[in-house]
Amino acid sequence: MPTDNRQMWAELGIDLKKHDMLMNALPPIYKEIYLSQKNRPQGMGFFDFVVGDIHGIRVQELRQHAKNGTIVVATYCVFVPDEIVLAADAIPVGLCAGTQFSVPIAEEVLPRNTCALIKSSFGFKLGRICPYVQTSHLIVGETTCDGKKKMFEILAEYHPVYIMEVPNKKTQRSRDLWRGEVLAFKGVIEKQTGNKITADKLSKSTRLVNDRRRALQRLYKARQANPVPISGKDALLVTQVSFYDDVSRCIKQVNALCDEVEKRVASSEGVFPANAPRILISGSPMAIPNWKLHHILETAGAAVVCEESCTGTRMFSDLVPETGGTVEEQIKAIADRYMQIHCACFTPNDERLDDIVRLAREYKVDGVVHYNLQFCHTYANEAVKVERALEKEGIPLLRVETDYSDEDAGQLRTRVDAFLEMIRR
Amino acid sequence: MICAGLDVGSRTIVLVTLDGDIADSAILETGVNPLQRCQELLSSRSYERLVVTGYGRHLVSSAIGGETVSEIRAYAVGARYLYPDCRTVIDVGGQDSKVTLLSEEGEVLKFEMNDRCAAGSGKFLEVMAKTLEVNIGDFGDLALSASRVVSINSLCTVFAESEVVSLISRGVESSAIAMALHEAIAARIASMVRRIGPRERVVFAGGAALNKCLCRLVSEKLGIEITIPREPQIVGAIGAALIAKSGGHLQQTDKSNSIAINP
Repeated sequence: MPTDNRQMWAELGIDLKKHDMLMNALPPIYKEIYLSQKNRPQGMGFFDFVVGDIHGIRVQELRQHAKNGTIVVATYCVFVPDEIVLAADAIPVGLCAGTQFSVPIAEEVLPRNTCALIKSSFGFKLGRICPYVQTSHLIVGETTCDGKKKMFEILAEYHPVYIMEVPNKKTQRSRDLWRGEVLAFKGVIEKQTGNKITADKLSKSTRLVNDRRRALQRLYKARQANPVPISGKDALLVTQVSFYDDVSRCIKQVNALCDEVEKRVASSEGVFPANAPRILISGSPMAIPNWKLHHILETAGAAVVCEESCTGTRMFSDLVPETGGTVEEQIKAIADRYMQIHCACFTPNDERLDDIVRLAREYKVDGVVHYNLQFCHTYANEAVKVERALEKEGIPLLRVETDYSDEDAGQLRTRVDAFLEMIRR
Repeated sequence: MICAGLDVGSRTIVLVTLDGDIADSAILETGVNPLQRCQELLSSRSYERLVVTGYGRHLVSSAIGGETVSEIRAYAVGARYLYPDCRTVIDVGGQDSKVTLLSEEGEVLKFEMNDRCAAGSGKFLEVMAKTLEVNIGDFGDLALSASRVVSINSLCTVFAESEVVSLISRGVESSAIAMALHEAIAARIASMVRRIGPRERVVFAGGAALNKCLCRLVSEKLGIEITIPREPQIVGAIGAALIAKSGGHLQQTDKSNSIAINP
């Protein structure tokens, strides 16, 4: 580990002993889960490098920006509009919350029967093991789940936190509330940065964030091919990294990967045999380094071809109209786009059911795996409706409830094996 | 051709060999070295094809060889062999409970499986029997001798155990507590069965099907007749052996082949 990294971590107040344990745990896991895959696109090299130096070079960059007066805004959710942050010349960073490592630390404070994503994110701050949190000036939370909402109150005792209120219905009144929230957020960011968000800057940042969405859309489009040109694990990693990488570089790297992957599609080259069962995963987000379900599925012989989740299609499927106009008009367009995210926090949320059925058709899947983080009540209850919707369409479904630990890997493997046996015939 | 089916469960390892019909079966405790146990079982027998199922299937097949198949499919195939009209399989094993719905042709249509913990599995019964200082084989009979009704609300093994301790400390006799525990687990299994929409015939297999009280309660709660094979523990291994024989294709058999009895 480079000594300048250690020095940086020390300066950021990282608990070096715990952090060393985390950093030592990651490489063997990554080797087993990622580097052992055969026939990976060369474009994944960049993402391997990013994970290989996960708390190094990108944190160095952010620190450099911060030293030059740039504000770093940390987020946990696809509802927080990056366009606003970027338009004020601040940097948005999606925080990771996908490891069991920080869960026991969080359980010193939070109730155990809280979802792993909430515990993991809180544990990173409480245990001082995430240099991204430490580098950030502000954490922006939201109200997409009751557990997060209350956790953020406690997190605010350790770090500056601002909360955006995401409504729970899709009525006009709710849309108006959300527009107000986005407008207020603009004010918060302007105040924090001291920079005015102009119509011009907002148009530029909108185009930039849309370009990232287009790049990811392109990658996912290639996954519709059979045989699939990239593994589900690799595609998930690309999405995960895009949350915290520099936006322009991310666009460039994802597009370069797409060039390669599209060539594979043109020559019918795949990473799995053409008869591998094609799986759509739908449900709770999978924050880096949560690769558990993808790994189990793809080790068992399936190909994960799409994720209907916040670390998947919900992040990038809708663009903000690039029609320009006044700041207020653009804010309205941005707010309306984010209201298209069919999160299970909404009631009713039938559009998500439609999305799942549509994606199942577009990606020509053989089955859907509904992924539910334990204690994530919105997705767990919505799964009942997902099950009915898919049954009506004759699409096989496997419901999985799990967390970040490995103790249920054997049981999950049994379910996955049985599900694949069921859909293979 | 002699075919072997090996079911490497969390509590027991079962071997069945087929030579036309069931030629031989053996059951050993899994213990701490399942691989060695499997080698012991297989070394004294000759077979041409092997299929491994159960929790330890990947471990064992990578060391000893043989194809793998999930318990869900193995139990489905085994149950259909014994009862060609079987449409629903309940399998309560050491650490999992599974309910599988089959098509008229015997293909798996859907299945339910308990999540993550031991609640609703054979392990739950075992832990509770130990707390009540009764042999697992006598646990069901103890429950059936209960003369009054108490209830256990928790299905978490840890919490249920503390409920049991508090009932003991209130002087409740162990037969009534045993019954309450059986009621709790039967309710859990019955709700899994209902979720899947059971079709008759319902076959109850796995080690927990040896417990008559549990079988009776599940049947009562569902209001459905339940069939228990004479040796419920070996159903998965029978299925694995049949899959070895057919190369994965389900086969219909005549009812006269059945070794089963009705409760």
